[in-house]
Amino acid sequence: MINRAWIFLTPAIIVMSLCALLPLIIIINYSVQDSFAGDHFYWVGLRWFEEISRSPEFWEAVLRTLIFSVIVIPLQFIIGIFVARKLFMKHQNPSFFIVLFSVPMLTPWLVVGFVWRLMMDPIYGPLSNAIQQAGITPDLNEVGWAWLTIIIMDIWHWTGLIIVLTFAGYLSISKSHFQAARIDGASPWSTFRYVEIPKLRKVLIIALLLRFMDCFMIYIEPFMITRGGPNVATSFLSLELIQTASIQFDLGKAGAISVFYLLVMITICWFLFRAMDLNSQPARSKT
Amino acid sequence: MKYWATKKWSLTVIIYSFFTIFPIYWLFVLGLQPNFLNSTGLSLWPSTVSFQNFSVSFLNDEWVQGYLNATAYVFLNVILTLVVAVPAAFAFSRYKFLGNRNLFFWLLVCRMIPPAVVMVPMVQIAAIFNLVDTYLAVAIAHCLFNVPIAIWILEGFISSIPKETDEMARVDGYSTFGFWRTILVPQILPGLGVTAFFCFMFSWVELTLANALTTVDAKPIGVILKMVASPLGGVHIGIAAATSILTLIPGIVVAWLARNHIARGFSMGQVK
Repeated sequence: MINRAWIFLTPAIIVMSLCALLPLIIIINYSVQDSFAGDHFYWVGLRWFEEISRSPEFWEAVLRTLIFSVIVIPLQFIIGIFVARKLFMKHQNPSFFIVLFSVPMLTPWLVVGFVWRLMMDPIYGPLSNAIQQAGITPDLNEVGWAWLTIIIMDIWHWTGLIIVLTFAGYLSISKSHFQAARIDGASPWSTFRYVEIPKLRKVLIIALLLRFMDCFMIYIEPFMITRGGPNVATSFLSLELIQTASIQFDLGKAGAISVFYLLVMITICWFLFRAMDLNSQPARSKT
Repeated sequence: MKYWATKKWSLTVIIYSFFTIFPIYWLFVLGLQPNFLNSTGLSLWPSTVSFQNFSVSFLNDEWVQGYLNATAYVFLNVILTLVVAVPAAFAFSRYKFLGNRNLFFWLLVCRMIPPAVVMVPMVQIAAIFNLVDTYLAVAIAHCLFNVPIAIWILEGFISSIPKETDEMARVDGYSTFGFWRTILVPQILPGLGVTAFFCFMFSWVELTLANALTTVDAKPIGVILKMVASPLGGVHIGIAAATSILTLIPGIVVAWLARNHIARGFSMGQVK
């Protein structure tokens, strides 16, 4: 007899084939062909991959995306865990703050970029004005200031995710662990290090997974602030891709970049997924 | 919930709240002032309060239509996602089948496909089915990231219902449909609410695909905002700010309704 699970899965499989599988097949198809006059295609094998592997613009975009992730994610984790811990320890009624910290995530992404570009406006931007008090005039046409703005913006936009997730993790820690730690006379730091962090491990890995995925996709917000500039200093991988695909209309090259992009993300996410240890959960019983 | 509480609230939380709310507050102030570009220098307090910029949006058919368009495809997407994801989540939670864990991982892979990657093929697929510039095209495109998340969240909720419930229902003579309607769905109602909230949120904030798949009739509000507030073009900041504030309202309302379950949803149902 056919496994009934497949009947339940059919609608999801149909929808996902339409919106994920089919586009991916099209992309892979493009990545090995060259188009000529829009509708003549011929096979080029791996030539696009060779071309992007030799293209310094491409590797610089990859590098910028990586550097951005490496700067932003640890900052978000430090601030996020710290705030979530305080929220859990000190506040009786945290619902209000949970909603408040979710607001940046509910903001349409291009509005996020719009707000932070205005915040840095040299005449009436509050952030810019605050910096001018120190005697320096920030200028979005300088690489450093453009990066700083985008980093602050991303911290504003996504630290809430870490706070909300870590807070959920804290709620699931049994109260007796804290009591035991207190009876043993553990300092707050050692309670944090040896009781809370191990208990939060899974939720922090989920947070890392989500943050990593979104950091690699970042596109609209920096585009709204700097248009990828000055020159190409803030043009991340997604922007590079969109420009190749829809402005230069170079579908083969865009396809090759997409395939590369996905392979990197799948590899890293696979390790994180394994680290979540979902496979070895005894509680997850199956018929 | 207090362990080492010495004071009633934490300064850290208050400072971070201020950081979170300040840009939005300031945007609101900008929206309240007409002809902002004429004024010079920083102002954190509206000198003249007027709702003129907000009413510009409400009186303009194009803006209102943009709002309705966004709402239409978001709702269509939420319904589509739930209908598809609930049975799938049930399958992942209750059955062992060939490659179930791998399939669960590959769903996550779908969640991390950047919209930029699938933008061009999606427009082509929509063109084949003659769906360009319709709500349905955007709703289906947004399933790319919403269906995987919905399945993950719902799987967590369904797995927290003991399996014995299913068996007892079978012994009591419930049909599959009757079991779903009277036992399973009422039990995962909070889960359905959280999932709907997340699908709403991701569909509402995503505009790359929505922009690429629509031309005139189904344009969402955010895309119109992008036209007004384009990075280098001439911008009426007051109106753009007022419209930005308006795009925040649906999300905040839904977040407030789901406030007690948000945390669990963000962990994709994996924290019990």
